[in-house]
Amino acid sequence: MNDMSGGNYTTADGRKIGNTLMEMKNITLRFGGVVAIKDISFDIHEGEIRAIIGPNGAGKSSMLNVVSGFYNPQEGEVWFRGKKRPPMKPYQVAQQGIARTFQNIALFEGMSVLDNIMTGRLTHMKSGMFAQALWLGKAEREETQNREVVEKIIDFLEIQTIRKTPVGRLPYGLKKRVELARALAAEPKLLLLDEPMAGMNVEEKEDMSRFILDVNDEFGTTIALIEHDMGVVMDLSDRVVVMDYGKKIGDGTPDEVRNNQEVIDAYLGVAHD
Amino acid sequence: MAIPTTASAGTDTMPRLLARNVAEFGDKSAYREKEFGIWQSWTWSEAAAEIETLALGLLTLGVKEGDHIAIIGRNRPYLYWSMVAAQKCGAVPVPLYQDAVAEEIAYVLDHCSARFVVAQDQEQVDKVIEVMDQLPGLEHMVYLDPRGLRKYDHSHLSRFDEIQARGRDQGDPAELKRRQDAQGYDDTCVMLYTSGTTGRPKGVVLSNRNIIETSKNSAEFDHLEPGDEILAYLPMAWVGDFIFSIGQAYWTGFCVNCPESPETMHTDLREIGPTYYFAPPRVFETQLTQVMIRMEDAGRFKQWMFRHFMDHAKKVGPDILDGKSVSFGDRLKYKLGDLLVYGPLKNTLGFSRVRVGYTAGEAIGPEIFDFYRSLGINLKQLYGQTEASVFITQQPDGEVRSDTVGVPSPGVELKIAENGEVFYRSPGVFVRYFKNDESTASTKDSEGWVATGDAGFIEEDSGHLRIIDRAKDVGKMADGALFAPKYVENKLKFFPNILEAVVFGNGREKCTAFINIDLTAVGNWAERNNIAYSSYQELAGHPKVLEIIQGHVEDVNQSVAEDPMLAGCQVHRFLVLHKQLDADDGELTRTQKVRRRIIEEKFDDLITALYDGSTEQYTETEVTYEDGRKGKIKATLEIRDAKTVAVEAKTLEAAE
Repeated sequence: MNDMSGGNYTTADGRKIGNTLMEMKNITLRFGGVVAIKDISFDIHEGEIRAIIGPNGAGKSSMLNVVSGFYNPQEGEVWFRGKKRPPMKPYQVAQQGIARTFQNIALFEGMSVLDNIMTGRLTHMKSGMFAQALWLGKAEREETQNREVVEKIIDFLEIQTIRKTPVGRLPYGLKKRVELARALAAEPKLLLLDEPMAGMNVEEKEDMSRFILDVNDEFGTTIALIEHDMGVVMDLSDRVVVMDYGKKIGDGTPDEVRNNQEVIDAYLGVAHD
Repeated sequence: MAIPTTASAGTDTMPRLLARNVAEFGDKSAYREKEFGIWQSWTWSEAAAEIETLALGLLTLGVKEGDHIAIIGRNRPYLYWSMVAAQKCGAVPVPLYQDAVAEEIAYVLDHCSARFVVAQDQEQVDKVIEVMDQLPGLEHMVYLDPRGLRKYDHSHLSRFDEIQARGRDQGDPAELKRRQDAQGYDDTCVMLYTSGTTGRPKGVVLSNRNIIETSKNSAEFDHLEPGDEILAYLPMAWVGDFIFSIGQAYWTGFCVNCPESPETMHTDLREIGPTYYFAPPRVFETQLTQVMIRMEDAGRFKQWMFRHFMDHAKKVGPDILDGKSVSFGDRLKYKLGDLLVYGPLKNTLGFSRVRVGYTAGEAIGPEIFDFYRSLGINLKQLYGQTEASVFITQQPDGEVRSDTVGVPSPGVELKIAENGEVFYRSPGVFVRYFKNDESTASTKDSEGWVATGDAGFIEEDSGHLRIIDRAKDVGKMADGALFAPKYVENKLKFFPNILEAVVFGNGREKCTAFINIDLTAVGNWAERNNIAYSSYQELAGHPKVLEIIQGHVEDVNQSVAEDPMLAGCQVHRFLVLHKQLDADDGELTRTQKVRRRIIEEKFDDLITALYDGSTEQYTETEVTYEDGRKGKIKATLEIRDAKTVAVEAKTLEAAE
């Protein structure tokens, strides 16, 4: 068995896991008197699929929002690519190469699938508003290049049929896929998925799992995901952080976590005295 | 750009036709494929270069003359090139159905002892790997789409472009030329497996002569030109696709367009606007159903305009198309209709430029057929078989009717046996069934006459062939009356609400039927009438749906009763099946034809109930899901009686 805590190993199916990409050090997040996250530390290695799980209200989404820079924790440090990250605006985080999807889909309902995904390329567009409005040479070239990237993602996620369909007309499962496409369009270093399988049926879950694995495999994207479907998490992830009541109660491979008594108690319930 | 009218030394194999096309239309588009949202295109010169490097690459893998190379995937230029590259190497391409399950693939690969496979993607590669241990002869697989395959063991697996690169660097052009020159008119061009309506699939060996003569004759019959465009979307393993997308395309030099994915086929069809188009009746039916559904959702004025002009089109459209005389006023009104209704509709359907359209495989409903013809689309019928390299009969322009399949194609002779079975002889007649001399002998006699297995007759005044049914399915009822199930099933299927029907009655007193509803049509009807349902099964068992179907069955009985020969085939009792008949469950062939015997065995309890007078029957059916898992559907089906028309049925003896 490889030592997984330090990174730099190869998984059983041949994927290379690199150094630490992101490290959370002693994060504490409070909303007034409510402590949402209490002194949590964990790291994410390059190329791995890292899951954050826990019962409802455990603080998973808050944790993801700290990673994505939406919340600034009162205590603790976020280290990204070897540097300590100062408090940032969400767009600055996006520029650093972090993209995300949302628990309640956040797409532009009236725009076509293609246009929605194109918005994901925003951080890669350099030409100014003036050049774009006048369709100057550089702007046109840039649009073509970006469209090419987007088309490859459309092909990858097999959504060619709905390319020109307004998002509002799509069923839920496909919207989730479009959201993933938009996040991918940013060509992120780190992809954050907030409950990618919520509300899906078995078939849609299987599809989504395959796409997540394929994204990780083909583009080498590091993925951090929140999910409370245990079966899916255990099959997908390399390492899992388990949270309960804002605290970390487990961290390790799916097997380790599965056999952790505290985790079992959190999920199956235990009498609190 | 003239096309030679006979096959000479330079046009007697596919690789030679390719070389001729490069010389004559080198800069013209030969292949197009929509990928990444754009139509990518290759000229004849570019395609020839791609094929050349691929063939050289195949040589480095150790392809020998006479080898079989299996090709599995959807219509993509690369896979068409693989076929011609195989031919260049002196090997025989064997295209397989892409939706075939692993065991079916194993059977074919084993039967033709394929050493090499060209597969489209991970899905196909996985299927072959699954049955690899049954195929000791299989040496190497080449795949197109690398997605998901990177981590696979590559000792017997290569990427398509790697093989091409290898051919470019290490290929032996002299050896390739030698092999290409050694090929002649009577060498094997392709081997196609029949879909296997009965028993195991058979490998039909077709020579260059079969394919090229047929392509030449049929191209001349319909005046195909180098400027024509087709959309290649039908299974590559089907003989029709081989004739259209390779045979005729290479003979005439027209362009083959491949859709982006099977789901985008309709959008791609509109964008390309093919001039030469083939579709099985089911496709035309689905399209018409969709048009009608959308019209019902349209505003009142549009509905009125549609109905008004469609009535006019039905009256004069087919005559205008056939060049018959039509009054000036009617012509003018048709022109106006074309501007307002027919033109936009044809554009939506992707048929604006269709000059020659064909349908075949099954009978097409007269209303459906007339609908397309009245719009000014030159839709015709043909009758063909894999064993004939497709063409047996086809309808010439100006002599198109929905109830015949046309006159013998150029070079084809027909004869009708005493029992009504149709026989033909033509230059397209297959060489033999691979490794199956027994079947070859029972299908093709020493003079070259081939039994079609279909019963039919030639109309005296027009010379057109009419097909009644499969010869072996035509039976007798207990009282000796003629039993032609397909005839009745087709009449039932002409109703948009009925997707599939299976009629029983051979050797019995009365006829009965299984019905499959069409989920699109019936679902839309349910929506408009506020009928809630949660599954196919629930909708299929809804009393109001049963009522509608009963109405259809009774209409059919009325029309069947008009033909005294077949009046005995009226459906007395029927039920609506709780599941859709499916090729994955073995109930249909891969070409969507009903497998009567399997259905009879599988639903034995339901058939018994149809005949013992019970009003409902509980049943459990095993189904196969898309991923290969099996499950069970349980249902209690209602069985209904349908009104029949009392006619004194004539027996077969009396008619003879």
